[in-house]
Amino acid sequence: MTMNIEIKFNGQTKSLTVKTTQSLLSALREDAKAKEVKDGCSEGDCGACTILMDGKAVNSCLVLAPAADGCEIVTVKGLGDASNPSTLQRGFVTSGAIQCGFCTAGMVVSAKALLDTNPNPSRAEIREGLAGNLCRCTGYQKIIDAVECAAQKNNS
Amino acid sequence: MSFKDKNFRIVGKPMPRHDAWEKVLGNVSYAGDHEIPGMLHVKVLRSEYAAARLIAIDTSAALAVKGVETVLTAEDVPNNETVTKFGQTHTVGGFEGLYRVLAEKKVRFFGEAVAIVAAKSPEICDEALKLIRVEYEPLEGVFDPAEALKPGAYLVGEDDSNLICQYKVRKGDIGAGFAKADVIVENTYRVPQVDHAYLETECGSAWLAEDGVLTIRASTQVIEHFRGIAEVLGLPQNKVRVIAPMVGGGFGGKEDITVETFLALVVFKTSKPCTMTWTREESLLSHGKRHAYTMKYKTGASSDGKLVALEVDILSDAGAYVYLSPWILLYSTVKATGPYNIETVKVDARTVLTNNIFASANRGFGGVQVCFAYERQMDEVAKALGMDPLELRRKNFLHQGDALATGRVLEHAVETEQTAINVRKMLGEKTVSDKANILIGQGIASSMMSYGRMTFLHDTSRSYVSIELDGSVTIRCGVQDIGCGQKSSLASIAAEVLGVELTDVTVYFGDTALTPLAGTTTATRQLYMSGNATLKAAQYIRDNLLNKGAEVLKVAVEDLDLADNKLVVDSDPSLAMPLAELVKICASDGVELFNLAQFNAPAREFMDFTTGQGQVFADFTFGSHGIEVAVDTDTGKAEVLKYVSSYDVGQALNTLSAEGQIEGGAIYGLGYGMTEEILYEKGRALNANLATYLIPTAMDVPDIEVDMIESHGGIGPFGAKGLGEPSSVPSAPAFVNAVCNAIGKSLSELPATPERILRALKN
Ligand code: FES
Ligand code: FES
Repeated sequence: MTMNIEIKFNGQTKSLTVKTTQSLLSALREDAKAKEVKDGCSEGDCGACTILMDGKAVNSCLVLAPAADGCEIVTVKGLGDASNPSTLQRGFVTSGAIQCGFCTAGMVVSAKALLDTNPNPSRAEIREGLAGNLCRCTGYQKIIDAVECAAQKNNS
Repeated sequence: MSFKDKNFRIVGKPMPRHDAWEKVLGNVSYAGDHEIPGMLHVKVLRSEYAAARLIAIDTSAALAVKGVETVLTAEDVPNNETVTKFGQTHTVGGFEGLYRVLAEKKVRFFGEAVAIVAAKSPEICDEALKLIRVEYEPLEGVFDPAEALKPGAYLVGEDDSNLICQYKVRKGDIGAGFAKADVIVENTYRVPQVDHAYLETECGSAWLAEDGVLTIRASTQVIEHFRGIAEVLGLPQNKVRVIAPMVGGGFGGKEDITVETFLALVVFKTSKPCTMTWTREESLLSHGKRHAYTMKYKTGASSDGKLVALEVDILSDAGAYVYLSPWILLYSTVKATGPYNIETVKVDARTVLTNNIFASANRGFGGVQVCFAYERQMDEVAKALGMDPLELRRKNFLHQGDALATGRVLEHAVETEQTAINVRKMLGEKTVSDKANILIGQGIASSMMSYGRMTFLHDTSRSYVSIELDGSVTIRCGVQDIGCGQKSSLASIAAEVLGVELTDVTVYFGDTALTPLAGTTTATRQLYMSGNATLKAAQYIRDNLLNKGAEVLKVAVEDLDLADNKLVVDSDPSLAMPLAELVKICASDGVELFNLAQFNAPAREFMDFTTGQGQVFADFTFGSHGIEVAVDTDTGKAEVLKYVSSYDVGQALNTLSAEGQIEGGAIYGLGYGMTEEILYEKGRALNANLATYLIPTAMDVPDIEVDMIESHGGIGPFGAKGLGEPSSVPSAPAFVNAVCNAIGKSLSELPATPERILRALKN
């Protein structure tokens, strides 16, 4: 069974035909061609697929595509681009928070949701806020640095 | 400030990585992101037995499903079995193993690939997989390497023994050594099989190019598997091309072939493009793991703390196929003593087939398991002598000019002692516990880990550098970038030598058709090998530029330098000429502005396996970790309060990147110490997902304080040493030493879970 949904995707309206059992992750990657959203497990365990859905960070692999009908979806590409990167993206680059980069898109989106609710988090709060996003490369430290640095920039 | 006087402009500075922007903007197309119009989806049918005879496979019902293009079994593979020297393109003896694409005769492990389906959609693949009828005759199997060695044991393969190989090292008279000892400490250490758990599972796509070349774009650490793939298909090697885009983590798990042959087979049979991505469960069940080891250590020491005898017995579980087990065992055998100078040494090591998932490369490659044993053992010996663990280590560390037990003299910088002193200092005074149920402990561990491949492999790498007419720089080098900054490091080297900025350099990498072959991204070898090749090529162009500059400006070549996109005259800055201008003059005068350089690692003959004497490694990276833990005696939970790490990095290419390697390595290793373990029931992995196979999260780990010594004594570019594997080796023993220090008991098994800590507390 398929159905049509309409989402606001990184600021633009998009219509997608999705299966009723399809995950939002699959709809974004396969139908919307949003390859920046990564699949690390399809089971809600790794956070690589994190997107903003109506402003909240969710694991898109755990959301059914039909449930996104009428929602606003933001991926890492919606946060900034080469000519106008977000402070978080800039922070990730300058802090050395990116190694293989496979966790990065989800990590930056989770960090964005964290800073939206807590603009001035402690390092412990950042660690807690990113606990659902696994990174196997960095040991997390430079990611925490990046979020801390972006928070300072945002607040100055 | 320039390359000339070694006051680097770029090298040794903290720099954002060359590849960071494309990643943070979501622009990188990883192997699983590539789409080709009309591509088929490929999925694997995997064995549900760890040991069984394959009687028959009926694929007819699956083939009849609408949308199914092909269903393939071992019969359909031109050369389903090849004998290969894994990971190796240079011919060497004694390290061969069977590579089998699809199960044949006997199934050897739970999760082994039995058949593949290619269909129009993943859903159709799933439907077809259910319709393949496989007739198995279940066999008893063997799951413990000690059992597998007993006479009459179940035979995993088709040979008459499960023993794959054995090595030994002998130094001096071990009996006389123990006779001299005032204390003798004997322990058996056990470490489990673990996974790499990179965030990107195995994936790729493949197609037939218009020129008839079968092209595979896959997540791999080794594009040079194109040779093995060609052999499987019976094609000439130059008709198979492998491309490795940015890899979403490797750690050794993508060193062996994963999706490549499946994809290639489908293209070979159908001439249609195809794609495949493994699920997390498949990834955990079917790629090579880090070997489980049982290690018996018996150490003799004199009362003043001198190590006089060490006897080691290593038993390694290779799992169901040979893969890299012999190589890994050799690493363990040579490194079994750790960075210590011990009077008499006897090491025996064996690796054995079982019906567990096959084991192969994993960051540290046999150096990690023995480090847990030798560093735990050092603390146990210190305890038996009533001596401070750092003091005992300092009495026994190897120094530059000393010989390993294999007779190999350490010619290059050895700063182990300094790193150990530094981590102890950085740890500082023990935190004072204010609760009766919280015990605080500190532990250190040191290690030696090679960088670069074994010297008898006669390793080489190639890199092509050119300077374009506008002064921008191009590198073509067949490195695989697995996230450690392989591409970025090469850019830094060329930028430094040719006087341009990092952003002026473009690096093409990882393509057997278009980039000169640079060997595997394994063994912590790319900065060392391809870094040196790139340095050599850039230096050639630099020399040409400076010679022409001297001629044009009529100054001595020694007076010239390249910096900030200019030809600079040291004695008269007003004469400086834009680099692009000099390049144009060179181009019109026919001066070569490109170079393809090859770097050859120092080559040696085979180690003598009858005596265990000879050179196996060119150089090592030495370092130490220090950890403070708080152990809750009610729950057994050990929280890491402090983590410090010190390395002699030789020369950091990019300090931000080097720090990132050291931090990431520490946490990768900490997972090994704290939580990670594949749990088995008769060969069936019970925790094949990331909810139950637990790797560290941001909440589980502390900040890490990093200390870098720069001895300039490495054999990489500018004196660099490698960090990828070394950074991870001593984490687990440092953690467990801290836990043991806290609770006053001994632990000899990984991971040191709360349950194991509670059990130790009760003993
Ligand atoms: S892919 Fe969604 S949490 Fe892993
Ligand atoms: S950078 Fe590789 S998983 Fe985070």
